[in-house]
Amino acid sequence: MAATTTAVPAGLRAGQLPRYSPVGLLGLSLAVTGALFLLFLLAGMTAAYNVTGAIFFGLVLWVVVVYIASFIVEGSRRAKDRLVTALVCTAFGIALLPLISLLVTVVTSGLARFDVAYFSESMRNVTDAGGGAIHAIVGTLEITLMATVISVPIGLLAAIYLVEYGRGVIARAITFLVDVMTGIPSIVAGLFAFSLFELLTNNPGYRAGFGGSVALSLLMIPIVVRSSEEMLKLVPNELREASYALGVPRWLTVMKIVLPTALAGIVTGVMLAIARVIGETAPLLLVAGFTDSMNYNLFDQRMMTLPVFVYTQLTQPGTHVNDFFNRAWTGALVLILIVLLLNVIARVVARFFAPKLSR
Amino acid sequence: MTATATPATVRAPRRLGDSVFSGAALVGGLLILVALAAVAIFLVVQSLPAFGVKASDLNNGFSSFWAYVVPLVFGTVWAALLALIVAVPFSIGIALFISHYAPRRIARGLGAIIDLLAAVPSVVYGAWGIFVFSPFVQPFYTFLTHVLGWFPPFSGPVSPTGRTILTVAIVLAVMITPIITALSREIFLQTPRLNEEAALALGATRWEMIRMTVLPFGRAGIVSAAMLGLGRALGETLAVAMVLSPSVIISPFLVRSENPTTIAANIALNFPESFGVNVNVLIATGLILFVITFVVNAASRAVVGRRAAGKGI
Repeated sequence: MAATTTAVPAGLRAGQLPRYSPVGLLGLSLAVTGALFLLFLLAGMTAAYNVTGAIFFGLVLWVVVVYIASFIVEGSRRAKDRLVTALVCTAFGIALLPLISLLVTVVTSGLARFDVAYFSESMRNVTDAGGGAIHAIVGTLEITLMATVISVPIGLLAAIYLVEYGRGVIARAITFLVDVMTGIPSIVAGLFAFSLFELLTNNPGYRAGFGGSVALSLLMIPIVVRSSEEMLKLVPNELREASYALGVPRWLTVMKIVLPTALAGIVTGVMLAIARVIGETAPLLLVAGFTDSMNYNLFDQRMMTLPVFVYTQLTQPGTHVNDFFNRAWTGALVLILIVLLLNVIARVVARFFAPKLSR
Repeated sequence: MTATATPATVRAPRRLGDSVFSGAALVGGLLILVALAAVAIFLVVQSLPAFGVKASDLNNGFSSFWAYVVPLVFGTVWAALLALIVAVPFSIGIALFISHYAPRRIARGLGAIIDLLAAVPSVVYGAWGIFVFSPFVQPFYTFLTHVLGWFPPFSGPVSPTGRTILTVAIVLAVMITPIITALSREIFLQTPRLNEEAALALGATRWEMIRMTVLPFGRAGIVSAAMLGLGRALGETLAVAMVLSPSVIISPFLVRSENPTTIAANIALNFPESFGVNVNVLIATGLILFVITFVVNAASRAVVGRRAAGKGI
């Protein structure tokens, strides 16, 4: 029988919206709400053009319009499918709004004081414009470095134990407690560091940078353990077995074979852990305190850090409120730049220094 | 062939390096146990004086420790739950978008963009909440009280600054969304390919396929991700401390000027100026926060553990 291609009669075929109708309707909805908000602006109801509002309501309108159009043309099942597609895309779009708004705010407000003085002066005897955050930047670097020095050996050793040696009750207990530790609220870590040093030094008003380092390392250790553990597990067992077969002792196998293979991944994990804790404010506010002066000594006196600097500039502005706010926004900008830089370096390390494993 | 004698078991010589190294690794692991035990012990020790504190020693005007703690616990749980209610639908939507809707080539990049939200320090969220977000949502709150004012939580008078518990909840939701999204995304991507293809082959639309295969498979994962997010929201400090003007009360109203505050924010605001037994009171509230987050996190792990043990599919 010859294959005859018979066109399905139009009456039997389900209706279908044109391929680009969702995109077209999106443009249409945004245009409508955009015009509406322009009208509000011209009518004097809003002081400035409300971009976020226009986009937000444009997306809401789009979801409704797509559903109705699809319901009329394609029926309820396809309409529901399109509705969910629109909702899911909208959810993603709405999640981007705070991110964009936040980055734009921080960059525009932060650039005002992004100058040389900001990175070379402290806040000592500054009550209006001028001044800078060098004391906070130095404090952040010292405290975070110390936290890294404390947590990387402990975290790495614990990860080695879990992957290479750990069996039975102790390993299970450590795994569970690392999970618990990941969930410790940062302020509780601060309270712990304060309690610890208050009892050790017998000084009810204890404040020093080192306490901050201890609090941060409490937050950092579980992240280091988790990431190092994952990386060590990725090292193929064949490498270990080849090493054992050549008579290499276990500890040398770990030191010379396993660790170098996983090194790039471990470094990446540590960088990401630093990026995670460098923005922590609450524990440092409690145990490192705040000050306007430079303090290089981790073990004595209060020490300013960048997040706490942002916090105090915002919450305790003097009479020249705007100068304080400007410094705070620049602090926020510097903080975000540091975190982004750490993330970028981490990804570069992961990408270029990863071992070439044949798959 | 002659029967060979079974060789005597050869024992590897016990090397000094091996014992030292495995010992060091064990110590590293045990230090974690010690650290957590120390956290618990120090918090308990420092909290003990607070539980029986006399009203005359409290500098906050409350009659007893518990009268002070109950509103704080309420505020903490209330703000975190509101944040969760906002964040979970969005997170599931975003996770689905990245795992099943976005073009494969850009999906990874989109995931990284959402992860950027987690990279912003909480103090920056606090500043943004005060200066950008609160003024932005205030007109919506006025609108909300006009339309939904008959429903008690939305009843007025509306806060003129917009710095209310609902604002805090939304900021918290933005902060926990990347966490819930990242975890749900991983789970959704693990859905067995054959199940999805079978659903599509039977004529299901994309949404029907997701409802029939992806969501049932990922249910436990979503629950555990949401609870991890809840744990994070419970402990979040600075965003709450900065956005809210605090008062230690129990209040179900979402958009008024008087709002309940959270344990963490209360500690951050009062700790620098406290002394004597009031420090112990704050540490005791911190201990209660620790216990709450511990329970939530442990429950979340239990959900995941059950799924791993059962492994239905």
